[in-house]
Amino acid sequence: MDEEKTAKPSAEVQETSRLKSGSNLERLLKEGKFVVTAELGPPRGAARETVERKANILRGYADAFNITDCQTSVVRMSSIASGVILLEMGLEPVIQMTCRDRNRIGLQSDLLGAAALGMKNLLCLTGDHPKFGDHPGAKPVFDLDSIQLLSVVKAMRDEKRLQSGTKIEVEPRFFLGAAENPFADPFAFRARRLAKKIEAGAEFIQTQIVYNVERFAQWMTAVRAMGLHKKAFILAGVTPLKSLGMARYMKNNVPGLEVPDEIIARMEKKKSKTEGIDICLEIIEKLRKIEGVAGIHIMAVEWEEVVPQLVERASLLPRPTPSISAVPTC
Amino acid sequence: MIVARPKSFEDIKRYVGNRKKVAIVGCGGCVTVRPVGGQKQVQELAALLRLWAKKEALTRGSQPLTIEEETILRQCEPEFINSLEGRFKDCEAIISLACGVGVQCLADKFPELEVFPGVDAVFMGATIEPGLYWERCVGCGNCIIGETGGLCPVSRCAKSLLNGPCGGSLGGHCEVSPETPCVWQLIYERMEQRGNLGALDRIMPIKDWSVRPGRLVLEHLRVEKKES
Repeated sequence: MDEEKTAKPSAEVQETSRLKSGSNLERLLKEGKFVVTAELGPPRGAARETVERKANILRGYADAFNITDCQTSVVRMSSIASGVILLEMGLEPVIQMTCRDRNRIGLQSDLLGAAALGMKNLLCLTGDHPKFGDHPGAKPVFDLDSIQLLSVVKAMRDEKRLQSGTKIEVEPRFFLGAAENPFADPFAFRARRLAKKIEAGAEFIQTQIVYNVERFAQWMTAVRAMGLHKKAFILAGVTPLKSLGMARYMKNNVPGLEVPDEIIARMEKKKSKTEGIDICLEIIEKLRKIEGVAGIHIMAVEWEEVVPQLVERASLLPRPTPSISAVPTC
Repeated sequence: MIVARPKSFEDIKRYVGNRKKVAIVGCGGCVTVRPVGGQKQVQELAALLRLWAKKEALTRGSQPLTIEEETILRQCEPEFINSLEGRFKDCEAIISLACGVGVQCLADKFPELEVFPGVDAVFMGATIEPGLYWERCVGCGNCIIGETGGLCPVSRCAKSLLNGPCGGSLGGHCEVSPETPCVWQLIYERMEQRGNLGALDRIMPIKDWSVRPGRLVLEHLRVEKKES
């Protein structure tokens, strides 16, 4: 860490790296490193140990760790609280924040708190509808959508003002991210929608899980045609398949997720976890070759144990240390 | 038009309970067009309740049930409500088959009586054919349809999204309910037809939700204030 603080970035790096947050993730991306982020799902309960156990498995195998915000509308330990545990362990969280459960007051308040606690990366999401979760009768909030949330947080950070216009003295310095699903409809609108997210403030993008690499590549062609890969860092989402059942579930039950028949057939033939890992490695290999892909985002849902060998076998080790200073320059 | 659906008979039975006399009041407005609360439905519900009361005489403590039936032109107009002056004197409760507006007008007229809703008003819609109504408006008080191709994402998108379809728009349908068309797909198609897809690139500003569901000032109070 000492070395990092004293390292002097070149003039070129300085020029291209106007740091918003100084997070590890932001610095590595701005240095042009191929990054790895990994998802950590908080427990359905108050077990701090579960977060610690998962964090210990993932430590050293990714550059930052996404903490989901009651994913699929199921109640889990809060993203910010879990993020604090990670920070205490010396790991860098990416806080996920959805518009499903908080209005503009709650969102801004929680984000001010997250910044004060030391969180530097924020992924802004609209969020799943409560219908899919364990409290389907919950009143959905959706006061803002993800694009509007991005613009609110950007204004808090860059203009030091709340959505109401009220000035704030100390701004939350977040590296801002958004998600995009290249597989949803209308397909032709997906790159344009990404452009809106970037215009609103997104600096990094984590995509929906890619199984259909061809379709993803088509989307990336549209993204590059609009020059969006130069305006934001695009991290392609991957999830290793644990079983044939999971592959089928992903194909048939997860809206906006495309699993090609070829992958189902492979899982049917071998019926093993190793086949799922092999498929995932092949996908990562293909994704790395696509121009404009700045990293991968591994979402090993309740299977964090697989992440180390995935990252290792994909020759993505050791994870780099950023050379530029962590002090934000914006 | 306000579209409503009948409450379950279980709910209605619970409202009636062991009461000896209740009134069922229908409405000749919207709920007659979508026939859930008109004169005929008043008769049907009364008949069903009488049968039930007879059958359940023992559990109801051998209480006979008398039902007064009435349908007025519109329950949302005090003038028609006033025509009920002096009625329902020995009733213990009223079941209104009107929308929530009608139920409240009736309850204001008969504050001493318990007034129960016999239907659930669900949306403001367009009549397509008998039995088919399109959900079109939630009365949000801040209409943006001019910017979304004449289609309302506030009432027709499960998340009321203003900036395009979420990641769950598939094959023109909504992930929340696959029978429901994704309104953002429809908006996209209409804008494409008009050659105006560029309009969708604009970031829609944050909406003022203070009218509904915020309700800072009830609209009728706002109007009253202006007039005085």
